[in-house]
Amino acid sequence: MAVRTVRIIVTLKPGVLDAPGQAIQKGLDALGHRGVEKVRAGRYFELEVRDADDLEQRVREMCEGFLANTLIEEYRYEIV
Amino acid sequence: MEIGIVVFPGSNCDADTYHAIREVLGRAAQYVWHEERTLRGLDAVILPGGFSYGDYLRAGAIAATSPAVRALRPYVAQGGIVLGICNGFQVLLEAGLLPGAMQPNAGGRFRCEFVHLRTERSDTPFTCGLAPGQVLRIPIAHAEGRYYADPGTRVLLAAHRQIVFRYCDAQGAVTPDANPNGAMDAIAGLASPSGAVLGLMPHPERASEDVLGSADGRLIFESLARWIYSGRRLPAQSVEAH
Repeated sequence: MAVRTVRIIVTLKPGVLDAPGQAIQKGLDALGHRGVEKVRAGRYFELEVRDADDLEQRVREMCEGFLANTLIEEYRYEIV
Repeated sequence: MEIGIVVFPGSNCDADTYHAIREVLGRAAQYVWHEERTLRGLDAVILPGGFSYGDYLRAGAIAATSPAVRALRPYVAQGGIVLGICNGFQVLLEAGLLPGAMQPNAGGRFRCEFVHLRTERSDTPFTCGLAPGQVLRIPIAHAEGRYYADPGTRVLLAAHRQIVFRYCDAQGAVTPDANPNGAMDAIAGLASPSGAVLGLMPHPERASEDVLGSADGRLIFESLARWIYSGRRLPAQSVEAH
């Protein structure tokens, strides 16, 4: 069966304090990059997964049970 | 009496905890490798501080998938008691044995310093030797200790008396200045409703002898020993965080 590439991005939910994002914004400012209004930091995962009829459902389970802590984080994914 | 200390790749307070129980308290302790599948026979299990799996993904997230941590749920359901210290607390949250999550400290810094804790509950296996309101001086050492729970969970925490320790000043007053990380409701220690599972951000093993600057942490280990020796048992229970 074909192998699909799954790209997953996890970020903090809006409204949850993003301390790394704020620190990175300060760093950009210190380097003279003006006009950066906001930075949101996050994590990127690229999975190679054997294709299956329930692939999308399984990706959601991976995200909700492990890759993201859905109390404070949200995720989005694409299957290519 | 035998207390198990779970060792993960990246644990670094396991030996300190072992020392506090064996040498300071004079009680039996043993290391438990994280690949162990059963915790049978242990009177208590401690998840020590450190950086399990390098804090990859999220602090405690990978350790929460280990066989020893997955064995905690049946262990607690059969009346076992568990203490998670610092990274161990983070593991308990990630494993769903306690509700909520840890966020990076307000202010973005790793905080390593003595703090004061007010005892909010003295009927748990870990605080039975303390008086309600008693103030302990114990150090913290963490970057992610800002406890968070959603509003619904927060109501349940109060209803079930799950807050065991709060950050306070030397007089026992809970003030914003005394909160080192911005934790919700100044939570430093949080238990399951029965008290069988306790997560604690401060490090009692680092304050169990006067030479370390405080021996207040010893009171927590002495409570545990007293509880076990008295033969007190908590009823078998479900361990859903909420």
